[in-house]
Amino acid sequence: MNKKIEESPEQDSGKTGRRNFLRFGALAAGLTVVGGGLTKVFSDAKDSGDKIKVFTPDGKLFEADSSNLCEYRPAPVSNEEARKGIPNKKFVMVFDLSKCDGCKKCTEACQKMHYTESDREWIKVFTMHEAEAEAPYYLPKPCFHCDNPTCTKVCPVNATFKRQDGIVLIDNERCIGCRMCMAACPYSTRFFNWSHPSSAQKKAIGNIAYSPEQSIPRRMGTVEKCDFCPDMIRQGKMPACVSGCPMDVIYFGDQNEDAVTNASGVTVKLSQFLEQNAGYRQLEELGTEPRVYYLPPKNRKYPVPELNSLEGGKKPKKHGGNEMGHMSM
Amino acid sequence: MENEKFDLKGEVETLREACLKPTRTFGRSTQLWVGFLLIIIGWGLYCYIHQLRHGLGVTAMRNYVSWGLYISTFVFFIGISHSGTLVSAILRITKQEWRRPITRSAELLTFVSLCFGGIQPIIDLGRPDRIANLVIFGRLQSPLIWDIISICTYFTGSTVFLFLPMIPDMALCRDRIGECTTRYRKFKKRLYTFLALGWQGTKSQWHRLETTMTIMTIIIIPVAVSVHTVVSYIFAMTLRPGWDSTLFGPYFVVGALYSGSACVILGMAAFRKLYHLEKYITERHFDLIGKVVLALTMVYAYMNLNEYWIPAYKMATAEGHLLADLFTGSYSKAFWTCQFGTVLLPIVVMSFPKGRKITPLVITCIIIAIGAWVKRYLIVVPTLLHPFMPIQEVPESWSTYFPNYVEFSVTAACLAGIFLIVTLFSKLFPMMAVWEVEEGLEIDHDSKTAVEIRTKRHADESKESEISKVQAIK
Repeated sequence: MNKKIEESPEQDSGKTGRRNFLRFGALAAGLTVVGGGLTKVFSDAKDSGDKIKVFTPDGKLFEADSSNLCEYRPAPVSNEEARKGIPNKKFVMVFDLSKCDGCKKCTEACQKMHYTESDREWIKVFTMHEAEAEAPYYLPKPCFHCDNPTCTKVCPVNATFKRQDGIVLIDNERCIGCRMCMAACPYSTRFFNWSHPSSAQKKAIGNIAYSPEQSIPRRMGTVEKCDFCPDMIRQGKMPACVSGCPMDVIYFGDQNEDAVTNASGVTVKLSQFLEQNAGYRQLEELGTEPRVYYLPPKNRKYPVPELNSLEGGKKPKKHGGNEMGHMSM
Repeated sequence: MENEKFDLKGEVETLREACLKPTRTFGRSTQLWVGFLLIIIGWGLYCYIHQLRHGLGVTAMRNYVSWGLYISTFVFFIGISHSGTLVSAILRITKQEWRRPITRSAELLTFVSLCFGGIQPIIDLGRPDRIANLVIFGRLQSPLIWDIISICTYFTGSTVFLFLPMIPDMALCRDRIGECTTRYRKFKKRLYTFLALGWQGTKSQWHRLETTMTIMTIIIIPVAVSVHTVVSYIFAMTLRPGWDSTLFGPYFVVGALYSGSACVILGMAAFRKLYHLEKYITERHFDLIGKVVLALTMVYAYMNLNEYWIPAYKMATAEGHLLADLFTGSYSKAFWTCQFGTVLLPIVVMSFPKGRKITPLVITCIIIAIGAWVKRYLIVVPTLLHPFMPIQEVPESWSTYFPNYVEFSVTAACLAGIFLIVTLFSKLFPMMAVWEVEEGLEIDHDSKTAVEIRTKRHADESKESEISKVQAIK
């Protein structure tokens, strides 16, 4: 019963029939389907004792231990496709800060989706307090996928690149690990794989093919960052952080369509939404042209953040005073 | 006249023997020294292999400080490599006669520091196994590619620049191999014969050598300037506070020339003492190159003023955080010690003729060399610890940085590598350009002879006129 269930890499993502079939099988086994596809991710090596009934691709009913199940992933697109991007799209993200209560569910969803170690937050929630007279607020920060990206300019080998759909990605199989992009990014968005991925992570990811669109499996000595989940977008789904946000803070969509949608399915007209709510971008004066917009935290729908954790109490030793949540500029 | 000529020959002979003597022996102390260096290099290699196997995570670098000691050392070593250009090319082109005994050591310093400076970014790479990607996928728009191009050009140029004036000396070594008694005589003979490239000292060969040297001298200066300019561009082309400065190119070039020439003084003092070259590298040489370092320190001080005073006056937010940390925060001790030790102190000491005597000069130059290294670190690290976005809720190790044993060991191995190559070089080849110093002796002699001839003629003339006067009276 230890047979690992995986999708063969040559399976076309367009073959929805089989996927629906699998989904049905999983549903029949009483499993909640989150986000689509066959789910359940376990990094635990031991048998958890949970037995799950599933259908194999050739149609047999199968009872497997949950620890042996892998997440269903459609075969990744080719490297060339991944470099071109999705045609006729311009992806854009909007954060409505008035709704963000700093619960970090977006970070969790992201880390789960990308099998990230807990110290690496591709989307990080800051507690900001920029002026004495101003109430603190929460600021979730993904990669801004700038239209004038400082990072792709300095890459010596074109390992990080800007696509036609606006997304900035990294090819971890080309990156030489010089970290010039990390030095160049003014938003500290990039993370380096300082060592081999942990064995638990390797096991959880399994033996899947690498693609810049899914950023896994990780490669030691290369740079990684938020990728706007292009593999999810290709399946017609929202990025993990958007669907993971219980407060409907994050809107995601296509600028060409001038529409963004949040996790509850509320779609708004982007240009109007930004204009009427005084939308802005972080450190706009740097000229990086971020593709991520923020709506100021007016009429907050959550309690004001506790500042004790930052100002008083245990304050980590820092070089300089920039841990107070001031944006430096 | 006859007497004088004989003396010149004797002088030349003493000079040749003084220069060749160290190449004929490999004493106990040298063996111990080389052994000691090899141990350091061995340990550094072990640490590097450890780093290769387990990733850069074995260093103290983390996500905020993603560049550390390696990149600082890179900037420092490339900086010292400007010494050769300064002393050789600039002093050659301005026809400074006193350059003659020190050109070889300066050019050698350029060569080795470029070797070890150039490998620093490779040591710092996360994936050195993919280095071929730089050729396969290289893009001209990246400052790193500019670095690679200009450093490779400079390396090739300075190797030629080191080798050209060695050709006549190689011929000399080849012709005098008979006096060599070490075990490796046969190998040495073959090496010298090969490197002499069939040099016979004919008129056309001298002419060709001089023409090539002139061309190389002119070419190497802009190349050297370009190297440190683009090294600064890996910082200056970013938006980061402290790096985003239009002064960085010239600032780095001046800092390089100044730290490089200080290191030349250290090399001069060491070889003078170890190989008994007191007769050729005199107090006067130290006095003169001391003045050069003094002038460069003043330019460097002026650059520092511009680099720090202008943003400090404005204290713009991000830049202000960084400067506050440098001036009064956690880096203030290092920063001010560095400024006093490498800017104020050298200016004060070297302004006085007594300060340009060998001992105070050497001490000042040691301080300059160490201080310049620390300064590179202070350029690289504090900026990385002051990003635009706040540093919040990260592991403790991310928000501080001090190099750990792996980085220190690997860097020490590189420094030991520099010493090793210099030592081996000096045990194989003469550390002064023999023919150049000879030429200097001849010019010196000629001018003396010319004076003598003139005085003699003058005396003869007066004698003659006296005689004629006497005759006239008669």
